Amino acid sequence: MERIVIVGAGQGGMQAAMSLRQDGLTGNITLIGEEPGLPYQRPPLSKAYMADGIADRLILRPTSFFERSEIDYRDGVRVTQIDRERKSVTLSNGENITYAHLILATGAANWAPPIAGINAPGVFQLRTLEDATALRNKMASTKRAVVIGGGFIGLEFAAMARDAGVEVAVVEAGPRLMARAISPAMSRWFLDLHRSQGTKIILGTAASSVRLDDAGEADGVILNDGTVIDGSLVLVAAGVRPSVELAEQAGLSCNDGVIVDGRLLTSDPAISALGDCARFPLPDNGTVRLESVQAAVDHARHIARRLAKGEDAPYSALPWFWSDQGKIKLQIVGIGAGADRHEQTTTPAGEPVVLAFNNDTLIAVETVNAAGVHMAARRLIGTPYHVLAEHHFDVRKTLSAVTA
Amino acid sequence: MNATFIAFDGTTTQVEVDEGESLMQAAITNDVNGIVGECGGSMMCATCHCYIDDAWLEAAGPRNDGEEDMLESATSEVRPQSRLSCQVKMNAELDGIVVRLPETQI
Repeated sequence: MERIVIVGAGQGGMQAAMSLRQDGLTGNITLIGEEPGLPYQRPPLSKAYMADGIADRLILRPTSFFERSEIDYRDGVRVTQIDRERKSVTLSNGENITYAHLILATGAANWAPPIAGINAPGVFQLRTLEDATALRNKMASTKRAVVIGGGFIGLEFAAMARDAGVEVAVVEAGPRLMARAISPAMSRWFLDLHRSQGTKIILGTAASSVRLDDAGEADGVILNDGTVIDGSLVLVAAGVRPSVELAEQAGLSCNDGVIVDGRLLTSDPAISALGDCARFPLPDNGTVRLESVQAAVDHARHIARRLAKGEDAPYSALPWFWSDQGKIKLQIVGIGAGADRHEQTTTPAGEPVVLAFNNDTLIAVETVNAAGVHMAARRLIGTPYHVLAEHHFDVRKTLSAVTA
Repeated sequence: MNATFIAFDGTTTQVEVDEGESLMQAAITNDVNGIVGECGGSMMCATCHCYIDDAWLEAAGPRNDGEEDMLESATSEVRPQSRLSCQVKMNAELDGIVVRLPETQI
């Protein structure tokens, strides 16, 4: 019988397996995950898991689900090669599995700056449950931590570490926090927030090396201006690179991600790609690669509808993101990177709302602790500037007016 | 402590729930059909919508900040008994709670 093989058992790969069954696929499904154990959620690793350490609460579905759904789940094994001619994959245990269709859900891998000491004991990264467990254990015996990278993961960890009473410094080489994901105004708001919580934040200065103690363990970070920041725990949270080695080896088109078309098919029509590893076209123009649960899950559902039901509509799901930094929830809808204009308002509770426009059209909205505004904004992306201006950029009022 | 989930088709599942664990997580861990929980309890989706049985409604407490807004985007009908099950955390008062699940979450 024909088989769909999914490479990667993160949230996207897992969702693909689930959606294929929900959409009525009766053929075989094999889901291959490199990590041992059941597929789990990554977002809580830098949030709830740092606080409670309960790994069981991370699992996406229990063993019984795989049995009931007849999903052949292989954990702790890697795909080492794709043979596109024979339509088969080779596993690290030597086994070959043939596919009718292959889904690449290989995700991304952490990037670390090539500086001295970066592989020393005491230097951590945060992507897998194993990483998070090691980091959490170390945090329990650490007074001072240094985070390299002022993005979502680094700041989420910084907030959790502060809550646990750890002194934290965040070193960001760029001029502002979370620069890739949010507007300058929102970056400033978060800078003030973290500083008010006692986190030391250094912008515009890169780490030049990890300082080691006599035992060869990390005890600080040296910046390229010579400043030394003490800390026996160093978290490297400096971004990721898409995991495209298998795809490149198989000769699929790649460019900062596996290139897919509007149907999420790679340059080989028998292979789809999704989530962090996939670079996909935006409905209007250009391409993007997103690192988010939303993209992973929506891509997976889209591919499943095509494979199980023969639906052929182009992918057009609205992107959304979130970051929980301590008690603060940042929510983003849309992609604001191409904004040529921003407008800022505040909620009745005094928290900032930033609207991003391009060519007089709303392209993204950033909110803080304002789920209602975020949900309203999801329905307003694409609204002309003047319509929002008429309502003083109040997202909820605008939505009421345009849907009345 | 335990909770009982009644699916739209009437399938009833009783599961053990730890103190402080959310009903969403308990449903997922125990393979209860009808709870999706896409965002993992971050209140970014509304795919763990449930209806609290009237007998437990008061003990479950009011909806949390933002929950009301997220429920607006739930796929199935929102009723006074509607909650996001990720926001209902188990405690002694809720031991034995009964919740019903909507026809669809997506």
